[in-house]
Amino acid sequence: MQLPVLSYIEAVTQALDEEMSRDENVFVMGEDVGKRGGVFQATKGLYDKYGENRVIDTPLAESAIAGVGIGAAMYGMRPVAEMQFSDFMLPAANQIISEAAKTRYRSNNEWSVPMTIRAPFGGGVHGGLYHSQSMEAIFANVPGLKIVIPSTPYDVKGLLKASIRDNDPVIFFEHKRAYRLIKGEVPVDDYTIPLGTADVKRVGTDVTVITYGLMVHYAMQAADKLAAEGISTHILDLRTVYPLDKEAIIEAARKTGKVLLLTEDTKEGSVISEAAAIIAENCLFDLDAPIRRLAAPDAPAMPYAGPLEHAFMVKPEQVEKEIRNLAEF
Amino acid sequence: MIKARSGETLVKNRHQNLGLSDEVVLSMYENMLKARRVDERLWLLNRAGKIPFVVSCQGQESAQVGAAFGLNREKDYVAPYYRDFGFVFAWGMTIKEMMLNNFAKAEDPSSAGRQMPGHFSYRKLRMLSHSSPVTTQNPHAVGIALAAKIKGDDLVSFVDFGEGSSNQGDFHEAANFAAVHKLPVIFMCENNQYAISVGLKHQLACAHVSDRAIGYGMFGKSFDGNDPLAAYAAVKEAADRAHRGEGPTLLEANCYRLMPHTSDDNDMTYRTKEEVNEAKKHDGVLTFAAYLRSVGVLTEVREKEMEDQIRNEIDEATDYAENAPFADPDSVLRYVYEEKN
Ligand SMILES: Cc1ncc(C[n+]2csc(CCOP(=O)(O)OP(=O)(O)O)c2C)c(N)n1
Ligand SMILES: [Mg+2]
Repeated sequence: MQLPVLSYIEAVTQALDEEMSRDENVFVMGEDVGKRGGVFQATKGLYDKYGENRVIDTPLAESAIAGVGIGAAMYGMRPVAEMQFSDFMLPAANQIISEAAKTRYRSNNEWSVPMTIRAPFGGGVHGGLYHSQSMEAIFANVPGLKIVIPSTPYDVKGLLKASIRDNDPVIFFEHKRAYRLIKGEVPVDDYTIPLGTADVKRVGTDVTVITYGLMVHYAMQAADKLAAEGISTHILDLRTVYPLDKEAIIEAARKTGKVLLLTEDTKEGSVISEAAAIIAENCLFDLDAPIRRLAAPDAPAMPYAGPLEHAFMVKPEQVEKEIRNLAEF
Repeated sequence: MIKARSGETLVKNRHQNLGLSDEVVLSMYENMLKARRVDERLWLLNRAGKIPFVVSCQGQESAQVGAAFGLNREKDYVAPYYRDFGFVFAWGMTIKEMMLNNFAKAEDPSSAGRQMPGHFSYRKLRMLSHSSPVTTQNPHAVGIALAAKIKGDDLVSFVDFGEGSSNQGDFHEAANFAAVHKLPVIFMCENNQYAISVGLKHQLACAHVSDRAIGYGMFGKSFDGNDPLAAYAAVKEAADRAHRGEGPTLLEANCYRLMPHTSDDNDMTYRTKEEVNEAKKHDGVLTFAAYLRSVGVLTEVREKEMEDQIRNEIDEATDYAENAPFADPDSVLRYVYEEKN
């Protein structure tokens, strides 16, 4: 039987809709999420269906969006708070890091914050410095948080539902470029994907690519091309970038002994650097080549002008080249 | 109206006008006294090297206790801040629990010794957990009120904070959110005139913290923070407004921090003994006792009973907390995330 094909953002909307109808404690809040349905239309139709009490247009104030969400979560609700762009989460960083992440711990398990924060991230959309960034590394050193970054519509639906049902705070980063670019089959039924589990997106024998988000698709394209040259690529999609699925990373590294770590975030201190440390600690002697990292340059953020943006952003050709180099090592 | 003789002047019975019985005002006083005596004991324990840190409530008990009595103590949600000894006692925390908190022992209901003293939390009492970065609790209180509104639950969400803290972005964001959504929140600023060493003049350019209310389109009011009856009346009025659907209120309790900021502070580097001594003349614990005596509610016998009972309770609680075990060191790994099964 043919499954319906949805875009990445349609999968977001479907997951929200299903969770809201399944559990009356789930509600959506954020800037322009109501009548407008979100600036990207992720909450399209929800306002009409569930009303202004459960699809709440908030004042333009991110710390309040996170902080009010935390309070509502402590009351027993399951807020899904939207940050219009992940770049604008920083005013809420104190609420996320000092409050949401630590509430269970500091209250010795009495209080908890079952909140999901959705935030569009990523470059390649002519967004300039402040509508293009990858923010995951800022939060990926904060025990108490979970950070999810899906790459496909199937994963979007299953992971967003799991995030909403999770009893701890989850940051759910959605790639803006993927919103309409990436389409895929999404079952109509209710399913969840466990948080904290990476997924093998392609099985191969020569080189392993460990990545997440839009870069999964860059890796898949490169792998298709390289297959014609006889190079077999193994691709692990992290899906949850904090805490990392260590076993899956070790297993994927061992599989081929040659590892390319790929992110569109700036390089130093990025999530893939932690993956490199995990591999080095656990299976260094299974490697046949030095670990390679491909990432954006260590410059503040992606410029707006086309050629500059292009220069900053990781490119599919670079991914292909790095895999080939490793295969030939 | 009952009038009683106090020295030369006739003192009006003010609590009857507020609908408060003699027993209720005595209970208010008892909670204020508990807070004061516990605080005094904590300083002794600190100076004796038994506890590493004290954050003090002295000078703010009246506002705290009066406020708690103005709320529904069976139903409302509260987010007290680190000086709120009087509030948490009136809200149901025991002296023993307070001592366990200050000794950071496993049985401390706020955090099992994970947090510094005064970072109150008590789920059973609908008391939110708060952290050290100031004013982060304000949006949480708004979230409680938002959730209650969504669920159709009739309750009030109450939050306390200092006047220095009223400059934080979270104060502003929370106040604005609550006002826009007409949520049943009471923001109460305990203005003790200092934020560590920095006085009011260097914190706000407006005359009163409550002046800020108008900017959010909410009701604002300042009151004498040395008077528990004024606090009671102000909070009761704010709670009534909230229940009527009239939205949040910003209250300001004008009081004075009688002790240094914490046991690590030396307040004589930025204020004078004379100033502190002057403030002590208006100390609410003393003036309220004098009021209660003057209207014939607090008798010598009753006062002595209260003092004795509180002292015994503090003695027992101190012994208990001092000898109680710390949490198991292995527990540092627990409750980072939900533990299934
Ligand atoms: C965000 C933040 N900045 C600084 C501090 C350090 N600090 C703790 S209490 C305090 C003063 C608070 O003054 P106020 O709000 O007036 O409350 P009070 O202690 O006087 O009751 C400061 C600066 C802090 N805890 N949080
Ligand atoms: Mg102060």
